[in-house]
Amino acid sequence: MPRYLTMVRIDENNAPAEGPSEALMQRMGALLEEMTKAGVLLDTAGLTPTAQGTRVTWSNGEFTVTDGPFTETKEVIGGYAIIQAKDKAEILEWTKRFLAVHEAHWTVTSEIREIAEG
Amino acid sequence: MTEARSAVEAVFRIESARIIAATARIVRDVGIAEEIAQDALLAALEQWPESGVPDRPGAWLMVTAKRRAIDLVRRKETYARKLAEVGRTLEDVPPPEPADPDRIDDDLLRLIFTSCHPVLSTQARIALTLRLLGGLGTEEIARAFLATETTVAQRVVRAKRTLGRAGVPFEVPYGPDRAARLDSVLEVIYLIFNEGYAATTGDDLLRPALCQDALRLARVLAGLMEKEPEVHGLVALLELQASRAAARTGPDGAPVLLADQNRSRWDRLLIRRGFAALARANEAGGAGPYALQAAIAACHAHAVTYEATDWTVIATLYRRLAALVPSPVVELNRAVAVSMAEGPAAGLVLVDALAAGPELKAYHLLPSVRGDLLERLGRAQEARAEFVRAAELTRNEQERTLLLARADRVSR
Repeated sequence: MPRYLTMVRIDENNAPAEGPSEALMQRMGALLEEMTKAGVLLDTAGLTPTAQGTRVTWSNGEFTVTDGPFTETKEVIGGYAIIQAKDKAEILEWTKRFLAVHEAHWTVTSEIREIAEG
Repeated sequence: MTEARSAVEAVFRIESARIIAATARIVRDVGIAEEIAQDALLAALEQWPESGVPDRPGAWLMVTAKRRAIDLVRRKETYARKLAEVGRTLEDVPPPEPADPDRIDDDLLRLIFTSCHPVLSTQARIALTLRLLGGLGTEEIARAFLATETTVAQRVVRAKRTLGRAGVPFEVPYGPDRAARLDSVLEVIYLIFNEGYAATTGDDLLRPALCQDALRLARVLAGLMEKEPEVHGLVALLELQASRAAARTGPDGAPVLLADQNRSRWDRLLIRRGFAALARANEAGGAGPYALQAAIAACHAHAVTYEATDWTVIATLYRRLAALVPSPVVELNRAVAVSMAEGPAAGLVLVDALAAGPELKAYHLLPSVRGDLLERLGRAQEARAEFVRAAELTRNEQERTLLLARADRVSR
């Protein structure tokens, strides 16, 4: 059964300033519990803003260290989940449920990538 | 069109166990419940491509199935009334209610306990559990067990009929019955996992899909029975064993022994999940056979190299396991652990005691282990004889070659 990494992309600059609503957090909690109980959700976490992030690059034999926020990027990864699903149709269904707990004024993208095994 | 179809099927796969479980509570028959759930799926396949997928597809399927179940009970009720004309009160049938997580949990548990009921043969329990709870089609089950689809379909049909005839109530057992019935549930999941992990038939050493199905079932059960230490023990054991899957076979498909496995290929996520499940088992007061085996697996997972393995702890755990579920195979494993912790002489004492008994007379690993200990003690001639004997007993060609090579090496 394939495992997928879903990277949740949000636009930091246009995300609701007040952050996620209480109701959203509750719906999200219930969904994550359901997914855990279904044996599907293996791991998940939200990430702190890119303002607290750092990029370390190795290029031409040299390091470059850049502290966030990464304003040049429109979308940043705000969280991730590792989900084990039977196939692509199933991961799509779970992903849709995950996105649909957000209110309509959110723009959230889940990028789904299958994890290479073996 | 095909996209709508695969969406319907995905929703059904996610929801089917819950739908069957909720329907079975109404009709009191898992076989009929499954048929009703299938009907609801067909209805969705007909309607959704035209009307569009509803906002809450799972709820749609659930309500549709429940309505059909209630209709069926009502029809039966009317029929029974007309037929018998006696005032037999049937249970009140609940109307479709909004999803209640507790109710769904209870229904699912009932379904698991019914599918794993001891009135069924082991094979029947496995097939029914995979079908009703794992959402596998007969074709998938047949492929996993290298059986024909007809055989599996018959097995499932017969299992449902047996449950009906035996009047098995759709319930979670309580009281003294509960522990024994839970053992049966855990055993079924463990057997499914092992069938995938140490494939008894066929060419592949490992059938990963079956392991994953078992693991998912175990995780579901853990979510439903949070206070049962052995459930978490089983989850921990399966997560930890599954974490080694990629390292268990070489590029040529030949098995790689624990001592020789490339530990960087062990799956860190599964190891972490295994540790967490083991911690939950311990918190719940776990000291049963699954929790103990998980603890042994955890010792291996903790060791960065084979040489770094804490054999003293493993030997202790095997002693507790042997006390709990006495078995010569567990005893043999304990002897190996003792020999690693205290030296070959201490292990040999235990192995000799086993060799004196009749149980492992035909088990090639007994002379194989004994040969190993004798070799380490420098008793080359005796070691050689044991390796030769082990080679005669094994039915695996690769193992025979390996054992004869050892016999040859030790006598030189």
